[in-house]
Amino acid sequence: MSTLEIKDLHVSIETDQGTKEILKGVSLTISSGEKHAIMGPNGSGKSTLASTIAGHPRYEVTSGSITLDGEDVLEMEPDERAQAGLFLAMQYPVEVPGVTMTNFLRTAKTAIDGEAPKLRTWTKEVKDAMEKLRIDADFANRNVNEGFSGGEKKRVEILQLELFKPKIAVLDETDSGLDIDALRVVSEGVNRAHEENNMGTLLITHYTRILNYIKPDYVHVFVDGKVAEQGGPELADELEANGYDRFLAAVSAA
Amino acid sequence: MTEQIAKAEETLRNTNDPGVIQKVLDDNPELQGLGNYEYGWADSDDAGASAKRGVDADVVADISAKKDEPEWMLKLRQKGLKYFDRKPMPTWGADLSEIDFDNIKYFVRSTEKQAQTWEDLPEDIRNTYEKLGIPEAERERLVAGVAAQYESEVVYHQIREDLEEQGVIFMDTDTALKEHPEFFEEYFGSVIPVGDNKFAALNTAVWSGGSFVYVPKGVHVEIPLQAYFRINTENMGQFERTLIIADEDSYVHYIEGCTAPIYNTDSLHSAVVEIVVKKNARVRYTTIQNWSTNVYNLVTKRAVVDEGGTMEWIDGNIGSKVTMKYPAVYLTGEHAKGETLSVAFAGENQHQDTGSKMVHMAPNTSSSIVSKSVARSGGRASYRGLVQVNAEAKNSANSVVCDALLVDTISKTDTYPYIDIREDDVTLGHEATVSRVSEEQLFYLMSRGLAEDEAMAMIVRGFIEPIARELPMEYALELNRLIELQMEGSVG
Ligand SMILES: Nc1ncnc2c1ncn2[C@@H]1O[C@H](COP(=O)(O)OP(=O)(O)OP(=O)(O)O)[C@@H](O)[C@H]1O
Ligand SMILES: [Mg+2]
Repeated sequence: MSTLEIKDLHVSIETDQGTKEILKGVSLTISSGEKHAIMGPNGSGKSTLASTIAGHPRYEVTSGSITLDGEDVLEMEPDERAQAGLFLAMQYPVEVPGVTMTNFLRTAKTAIDGEAPKLRTWTKEVKDAMEKLRIDADFANRNVNEGFSGGEKKRVEILQLELFKPKIAVLDETDSGLDIDALRVVSEGVNRAHEENNMGTLLITHYTRILNYIKPDYVHVFVDGKVAEQGGPELADELEANGYDRFLAAVSAA
Repeated sequence: MTEQIAKAEETLRNTNDPGVIQKVLDDNPELQGLGNYEYGWADSDDAGASAKRGVDADVVADISAKKDEPEWMLKLRQKGLKYFDRKPMPTWGADLSEIDFDNIKYFVRSTEKQAQTWEDLPEDIRNTYEKLGIPEAERERLVAGVAAQYESEVVYHQIREDLEEQGVIFMDTDTALKEHPEFFEEYFGSVIPVGDNKFAALNTAVWSGGSFVYVPKGVHVEIPLQAYFRINTENMGQFERTLIIADEDSYVHYIEGCTAPIYNTDSLHSAVVEIVVKKNARVRYTTIQNWSTNVYNLVTKRAVVDEGGTMEWIDGNIGSKVTMKYPAVYLTGEHAKGETLSVAFAGENQHQDTGSKMVHMAPNTSSSIVSKSVARSGGRASYRGLVQVNAEAKNSANSVVCDALLVDTISKTDTYPYIDIREDDVTLGHEATVSRVSEEQLFYLMSRGLAEDEAMAMIVRGFIEPIARELPMEYALELNRLIELQMEGSVG
């Protein structure tokens, strides 16, 4: 049983125009087995929250805390966070020229677990996971994300999620750019990780369609750097019908 | 008193410097009675003009006499010395102003080679050997100045026999000059003339060791001829001279050097490599140099390629303080091809000034240069290349791609692409990129559990992968390991 606890998190970035506060007091708690969805308008700070959880150096936490089972996550380097059991499926996965997927996956798995996976079982595990996510076998010999289509990149993020077996995963718009079949296949991958590893998930999305496959326990509406409202799956339906107007109005009135 | 003597003895044992030796003897007259022969430096059998530091006509004559060479070679050496004295230091490239020509030994017998024991090696080199996991036996060979010899003697002899059966000649250059003088009269200095440049002239004057290879018509040498099969210790010399002749329709891959750092107490390495590629023959020449960072590595390499022939240079520069090296291909026959793949690593206090030179002298010739460099910890990597297309070399094509990767903000890279085109009907392509290891790449890999230096090493390895894949596997693996070791020191 693991818990990721975010308390009153304030985050700023340095821009050419000076320091800009993007997260303005976010509080969220995600435990093993739970599925949380975050929905919110463009630019509201969802990716900022995701990157901050993973430890991107560009984001400065000015106050608040993030802990994983009581351990101070903000004190950890990004690699230590991965080793502690956090995973971020990125909105824009990065290309690493000259490094094959096979090499990358094995190196990362070794780094996360602190020991090399058994070669025999590992090879099979990778192959099976790729098959289930309908990733062609020759991707194993391609360079990490190089020349992958948008949808292929997302699938490969979920491939990593399945192989690395994190305690808590943050999925940043993993559904964007997926075709209808891919959306289902990817969702199944996430659900498998839930069932098999009792993973906790923070799912950032713009569309309710994925929520038909990955059924959230909680939905958070994210507006202007903080959670404006929390609710169950029904909140997603309301957003689908009415958009963010109600929440945006509240922000500009404040 | 005895303590002082012991100390003086030790000083003598550890120096070759005549000035130091004289002073010790002056201060401790009783030592003179012990007999000088113990210290090697005064052994009359070995010593001669060439045992001293600095180079002059006596040194050159003495080297030639010791090798019992034909008169014409002595003459050529003398000519080399003349050009060396006369030619100015090149000032267009790396900074060479600190080379002290008078303080270099130009002829070192194999018996008084380099560092003699493990303990004599500088600590960083010892550490690297240990981290590379180089086995004890092999270390000893490295220490003694001989490249690794993984294969057993039996395998070695078998390979030699196979080669002999095919008529392949492969031996050290000194022996080859004696046994096959006809090749030398025809080809020695034909690809790189004695006065080509200051350092080629110096090499011609004092050369010693190196390899000679002749591959007869139509013969394909299946195994790479490499450092493992070196015949004697002379080959690891400072002024080695290599001559390779690939007769028509033949193929050979020659590999020189090794990825493990080679400690050299002498600060100048100046080799000359001449390659003759005849009609439809193909030669691949792979070099990995990892000299210790006190060494000036100033090497001239050139191939002439006949009709339909192919020359491939694969050139890796890891070590040295300064390297200036631009493997050249003169495409003299129609449809001849030249290719250079080079990779350079410039770390702290290193300047790698490398590139290639392609000279198109016949129609329908093609060449390509791919250069990759990685600079870190304040090092500097320069690409310097020349593409020349002579008049009448119609329908020739060249492409140059040079990519530089900067690992931090204090390192430097620069490119000096020169072109000299005297023919209209040519196709040229030039691409140059400079990239920094991006924050996003680092973050992506770190968020997958890799420590910063591991992430950096993975990015660097990926960057040079197109060249590493051309290396024999054991070299590629060791190169990867070396990159990891280097990155350990360059972040955090
Ligand atoms: N480097 C930067 N310079 C300036 N502004 C930035 C920078 N990075 C992020 N921002 C701003 O921070 C705000 C939050 O960005 P973020 O990417 O977190 O939004 P998001 O909620 O993920 O949006 P989307 O739904 O479009 O993915 C945006 O207004 C964005 O422009
Ligand atoms: Mg976003």
